[in-house]
Amino acid sequence: MSSPPRIPLRFFRWYCHPKLRDSIEGDLMELYAERRVKHAKWKADLQFVRDVILLFRKGIIKPTEGYQNLNNYGMYKSYFKIGWRNLVKNKGYSLINIGGLALGMAVAMVIGLWVFDELSFNHYHENYSRIAQVMKGGSFEGQHYVGQTSLPFPLVDQLKNNYGANFKHIVPASWESENVLSIRDKKISKTGMFIGEEAPEMLTLKMIHGTRSALKDPNSLMMSQSTAEALFGDSDPVNQMVKINGEKELMVTGVYEDLPKNSAFFGIQFFRPYDYLINDGTWMKEQGWDNHFMRIFVEIQPHATFESTTANIIDAEVTAIKDLAYMKDELKYNYEILLLPMRDWHLRADFKEGVLQSGPLQLVWFIGAIGAFVLLLACINFMNLSTARSEKRAKEVGIRKAIGSIRRQLIGQFLSESFLVVMFAFIIAIGIVNMALPLFNQLSDKEMSMPWTQPLFWACCFVFLLVTGLLAGSYPALYLSSFKPVSVLKGVFRAGRFASVPRRVLVVVQFTVSVMLIICTGVIYNQLVFVKNRPVGYQRDGLLMIPKKSDAFNTRADALRAELKNSGAVTEIAESGGSVTSVWSNNGGFTYKGESLDRDRNYATLGVSHDFGKTVGWQFIEGRDFSKEIASDSAGFVINEAAAKFMGIENPSGKVIHWKNGPWRMDRDFTILGVIKDMVMGSPFEPVKPTIYFTMGWKGWLMLRVTPGMPMQEALPKIENVFTKVIPDIPFDYKFANAEYAAKFSTEDRIGKLAAVFAVLAIVISCLGLFGLASFVAEQRTKEIGVRKVLGASVANLWRMLSREFVILVTLSCIIAAPLSYYILYNGIKQYEYKTEIGWWIFVAAAVGALIITLLTVSYQAVKAALANPVNSLRSE
Amino acid sequence: MKHYQLGEFEEVVMLTVGVLYNEAYGVSIKKEIESRLSRSVSVGALQTALIRLEDKGYLKSREGEATEERAGRPKKYFEITALGARVLDHVRSTREELWNSIPKVALKLIMTN
Repeated sequence: MSSPPRIPLRFFRWYCHPKLRDSIEGDLMELYAERRVKHAKWKADLQFVRDVILLFRKGIIKPTEGYQNLNNYGMYKSYFKIGWRNLVKNKGYSLINIGGLALGMAVAMVIGLWVFDELSFNHYHENYSRIAQVMKGGSFEGQHYVGQTSLPFPLVDQLKNNYGANFKHIVPASWESENVLSIRDKKISKTGMFIGEEAPEMLTLKMIHGTRSALKDPNSLMMSQSTAEALFGDSDPVNQMVKINGEKELMVTGVYEDLPKNSAFFGIQFFRPYDYLINDGTWMKEQGWDNHFMRIFVEIQPHATFESTTANIIDAEVTAIKDLAYMKDELKYNYEILLLPMRDWHLRADFKEGVLQSGPLQLVWFIGAIGAFVLLLACINFMNLSTARSEKRAKEVGIRKAIGSIRRQLIGQFLSESFLVVMFAFIIAIGIVNMALPLFNQLSDKEMSMPWTQPLFWACCFVFLLVTGLLAGSYPALYLSSFKPVSVLKGVFRAGRFASVPRRVLVVVQFTVSVMLIICTGVIYNQLVFVKNRPVGYQRDGLLMIPKKSDAFNTRADALRAELKNSGAVTEIAESGGSVTSVWSNNGGFTYKGESLDRDRNYATLGVSHDFGKTVGWQFIEGRDFSKEIASDSAGFVINEAAAKFMGIENPSGKVIHWKNGPWRMDRDFTILGVIKDMVMGSPFEPVKPTIYFTMGWKGWLMLRVTPGMPMQEALPKIENVFTKVIPDIPFDYKFANAEYAAKFSTEDRIGKLAAVFAVLAIVISCLGLFGLASFVAEQRTKEIGVRKVLGASVANLWRMLSREFVILVTLSCIIAAPLSYYILYNGIKQYEYKTEIGWWIFVAAAVGALIITLLTVSYQAVKAALANPVNSLRSE
Repeated sequence: MKHYQLGEFEEVVMLTVGVLYNEAYGVSIKKEIESRLSRSVSVGALQTALIRLEDKGYLKSREGEATEERAGRPKKYFEITALGARVLDHVRSTREELWNSIPKVALKLIMTN
C-alpha cells in the first residue's frame, strides 16, 4: 500500500493542533487510500496536497503559545471572577470600599507628586549636582556662623585669579530688581538681574533664539520667552533694541525658555551682563572687602566634591585681607568662604544661629507622612469591611478547604480580590487626581502635572499598587484563610469574642489619626490668626509704596510732590531706603560712651525722609519725630522699642551715640530723638529687630498716604494720572503695604489650607469606613433587634445600643490623640518666636466634633435598623 | 427566545451528523454531504465547522476504532447534543414560520413565472 507524499504530510503534522492531529490524519489517510484505488497516484497526491493546504486555517493550526495549560492562569482568572461577583453582589460595600480607597490613593498620589516636585527643585538645571552658591561664614563673639550670601565685590576676582582651577564657571550676580522694559509704545515691568556671562551655560538655559554666549557684550540683554512674546509678539527679537527704565537702549541678544516654577531662578524675566555694572561708573570698582552687596554662583569641576572644593577656597578672603590696612579690625572674625550646594538651596537654606537647618525638608517629609497616613486610613477601611464580612464567606472558605485548597491558595485568592479592588480604586484615583490637580496647584502654588510619559511614574504607580494591595489585603487574607473547615461547615461558626478586637483597634487608630489632623489644623489656624492680629506699629491700610524705577523720580520730585498733593488723593508723601515690609540693610559699629552697642548682632537700619513718620503713622513712646525745621536732625536717630531695650540705655531720648562704619564712610555722633513702638518690618512670626531710623542715605522708595476715608478705587486713578503725567516713561507700579504684609503669611496660609483639606479628607474616609461597619453590624443583628422590638425595646434604646460601641471607640481615640498631637504641636510651634498658647478648647472642640460626626454617621444605620418592622426580620429564616 | 448562532454550512453538517447517527466521522460526513447535496466539501472546511460546533456545544465527539486504511489513526465520531437538537429544532421552526407566513398566491405566482 502506498503512502501519501511525505512533505505535505509532515507539514500537516507540524501545523496541526495536537488534539486534532490523529483523527484528521486518519481521515486524510482514509481518503487517500480510497482515491488511490480510483485514480492515478499523481492525482491522489494532488488532492492530498489540496486537502492539506485547505486545512491550514484558524482553528486547526495549533496556537503559537502552546496548547497545554502549563500554568494556573485559569485559577487566577477564577479568583478574579469570584472577586468580581462578590463586588457586584454587595454593591453598597463595594462602593464604600472602592470609593474610600480611591480617595485615599488620590490624596497619597497628589502628596506624592508634591513631595516629588519639592525634592526635584532646581533639577531643571542640568549641572544641578555641581552648582553652588558662594557664602561667607566666620566667628562673631565666639560664635561660629555661616550662611551670609551677600558678598564683597573683590571676592570675584580673588576666586577667578587665585582659585580658578577649582571651578568650571564663576558667575557673579546682583540681586534681582524690578525694571521697566519698553519698545516704542509698549512698556512692561519685569524682574531681572545682572549676571556673569557664563551663566546661561552654567544654568543650561534652553535658548529659543540666539546662543548661550548672549551676555558677552555689556550692552546686551537676554529675556525669557514670555517677556519676548509680551514685547515683540511672534517675531524674532534678536538684535532688536529695548529701552530699560526709559533711559538706556540695550540690544536683545537671546531668548530663553521660561524657567519652571520649581527653579530658584523662577521669575527672573531677563538677564543683563554683569560687566555692565562694572563698567557703569567707578562706584563698583571702588568697593572694597568691607561692602557686601553681591552674590556669586559657581559650578565646581566635574570630578570634584563640594567638600574638597570648599576646603580649597575656605581661606580665600583671609589671605586677601590680611595685608589690607582697612580690614585689620576684621581679621579676628576668621572669615570663611564656603559653598552652599544647589541641592540644599530650597530645602535646607535656612540658617538659624549660623547652622544649616532642615526645616523645609522636615515639612516635606511631614506632609509626605500625612499622605501615607491618609492612605493607611483607607486601607484600614478595607481591612475592617473585609473581615467584618468574613462570616458571609466563611462557608466558601470551608468548602474550598474541604475540596483541597491549601491555605496558601486561599491567601492568594483573597489577595487577588484585594488587588481587584485596588485596581478599580487606582483607576478612579487617577481620574480624581487629574481633575483635582489644577485646584491643588492653586492651593499649593505649584505647577505640577501628571507625568504620563515618564517610565518612573508608571514604575512608582506599580509599586504603589503592589504596596496598597498588600497592605489592604494581607490581613483579611490571613484572617479569612485561617478558618477551620469543620466548624465553619457545621454551621456553628461564630467569630469569637475577640474576633472584633483587631477591628476595634483599627477603628481607634483611624480616628486617632483623624482627630490629630483636626487638632493640628485647628492649632495652625489659631496661630495664624494670632499672628495676623499682631499689632504692627504703623498704619498699613491705605499706605502705598512705589519703587523709584528711574532717576526721573528724583529729578522731578518737586513736581511730583506738588501734583500729588493737588490731586487730593494723597495727604502725606515720604521717601525711604526700603519698603516698610522688609528689612533691607543691617549695620553695626554703634557705641555709647565708648562701649559697643552691637554685642553679637547688627541693627536694622533704614534711611527715611522727614515726613516718613507722619506718612506711615508710627507711634512714639517718648521723644519726638524728625523735624524739617531743626537742621541738626540730620544727625539724629529714631530708634524702636526693641533697639532701646537692646541698647540698655535708660531714657534714651537725647542721648548721644557714636557711629563708625566703613561702607557708609561714617565716623560721627548722633543724637537719639525719640523711641517708637516696634514696627513689624521682617517676619511677623519673629520678634522685631532692633532698628535705627535716620535721614541719610539713598532712598529708593516713595511712601504715599492715601487720603483717609477715600475709597482706593477712587484714589488710585488720580494717583496714576499724576505719575503718568510727570514720569511718562515708567509705567505706574505700586505695592499696597497691607498686601505685602499679608504675603508674609503665604507659606503658613498654604500649610494651614493643605492641613485643613487633608484633615477633612481623613475624616471623610474614616466616616466612610465607620458607615460601612455600622451598617454591617446593624445587618448582623437584625434578628436580635427584631426580637428586642417585639419584647418592647424603643427606638431610642436600640439606637443607643447600636451606637455605643462606636462612641466608646472614638472617645478612646480622642484620649490617645490629645497628648500625641500636643507633643507634635509643641515641637512644631516652638520654632516661632511670636506664638500663641495651644488652647485646650481646640482639643475639646476636635473631640466633640469627632463624636458628633461619628454619631451622625452611625445613627443613620442604627435608626434605620431600629425603625424596621420586626415582622420582616423575624419572618425570614 | 435565546439567539442561536448557526450558519448554513454548519446546519448542513449538523443535519448530516444526525442522518449518519452513530456512524458520523470526518470522511463519512464528507461523503454524505457530497452525495446528498452534490457539492464538494474540503476536509479543512468540514473540520473547522466540526470544531466550531463542538465548541458551541451543539456536537460532542468520542474516539473510535483505528483501521488499517487509516494508518492506525483513530476515528472521531460526532453526535448531536441536547442543545444541538434544540437549536436544529429552533432553526427549523423559525424557517417553517417564515414559510407559512408567505401568502400562498405570491409564491405560486413566482414559481410559475
